[in-house]
Amino acid sequence: MAELNTGDGGGGKGGKVRSKKQNSKVDLTAMVDLAFLLITFFMLTTSLSKPQSMDLGMPAKPKPTDPPIKSLPVDQRRTVTVILGANDKIKWYHGLIDAPEEGGKPQDAGYGSEGIRKELLKRVKSIPLVTGDKDKGLIVIIKPTSKSTYKNLVDMLDEMAICDVKTYAIVNDFLPLEKPLTDELNK
Amino acid sequence: MAKITMSKKAASIDMTAMCDVAFLLLTFFILTATAKQPEPLPVQTPASTVQTKLPETGLITLTVGKNQDKNKVFIGMKDRDIRVKTLELMGDKYKIKFTPEESAQFELIDEFGVPITALKQIIGMRSSERNRPGFQPGIPMDSIDNQLKDWIYTARQANADLGKKDYLKFAIKGDAQQEYPQIRKIMDILQDQDINNFNLVTGLRAKPKTN
Repeated sequence: MAELNTGDGGGGKGGKVRSKKQNSKVDLTAMVDLAFLLITFFMLTTSLSKPQSMDLGMPAKPKPTDPPIKSLPVDQRRTVTVILGANDKIKWYHGLIDAPEEGGKPQDAGYGSEGIRKELLKRVKSIPLVTGDKDKGLIVIIKPTSKSTYKNLVDMLDEMAICDVKTYAIVNDFLPLEKPLTDELNK
Repeated sequence: MAKITMSKKAASIDMTAMCDVAFLLLTFFILTATAKQPEPLPVQTPASTVQTKLPETGLITLTVGKNQDKNKVFIGMKDRDIRVKTLELMGDKYKIKFTPEESAQFELIDEFGVPITALKQIIGMRSSERNRPGFQPGIPMDSIDNQLKDWIYTARQANADLGKKDYLKFAIKGDAQQEYPQIRKIMDILQDQDINNFNLVTGLRAKPKTN
């Protein structure tokens, strides 16, 4: 008691005031740090958690009542057929299967930048020059076999987006000449 | 004395206001963040570089995946009013009467995959029970009993009955390892109803450099 009294009286007002000040001001730095960390976390998770999607337009199925569609001949120089097989394997050819374009014989490829993308990019550039019309570019026909996975299909569609192939189609019918290729892929 | 107190003031900034703002924002983000719902059929979506966001409303998600070596399809409707209306229309079609309580419970179910005969049982369950992996058998979609087709059809009908301006959009959320024939089946069901445009749900992948 005596000590306290002397402290009050003798220590001076300054000391007392200072200690009061320190009590009233809590250091908020850590709290603010934490708050901003959490804000950042929640901001990022809310915007990143939205799933991405890929638009896919398929041609309308002909109805039995519709008049038969006249088949439209397509320049075989423009078409690249890609057959998706099991175990992430691809076979592709350029042009007709029995009369392929130069350097476009049926052959194996993989996915990714060193695989089919290299070939596609090459043709995206070269085909408009061959046809002489920049609107007549590459047409890719994607033929997924029954052994291929959904991932393969999405990867292939993704290649279309990456290589900027404007015209592509998913075709489920195989030509008789393509049978040996699919059998080899899925053996 | 005076000098010392001055320097002290300059050293520590008053953070009260900043703290207030920070916590206000934090509260906002926490409240707007929607808690991730447990998925009855978890799938690993393949990645793609295409970055289109899925629409938030007017969307039906068809989840295609494998569970215990069986192909399963689940359906999820984003809009709650469409859920209720679809259930009502499906009930009419399959001659199953759903009580208002069941309808209200169904409104809260994000995704399900059971034959319509087992739907009542699912509705009565708690979310954690219902969403146990492998518990729901998937929606029948073979040629004899194509309930998936009916769900899609009635959902579109419900969408029209509710007077929505936009058509329903459909998204296929497939597992990366899912075989193609199953995906094709789903696409065929959609295309049989003249839905030729749909979204494929994908994950995010960095865009590669193209020269």
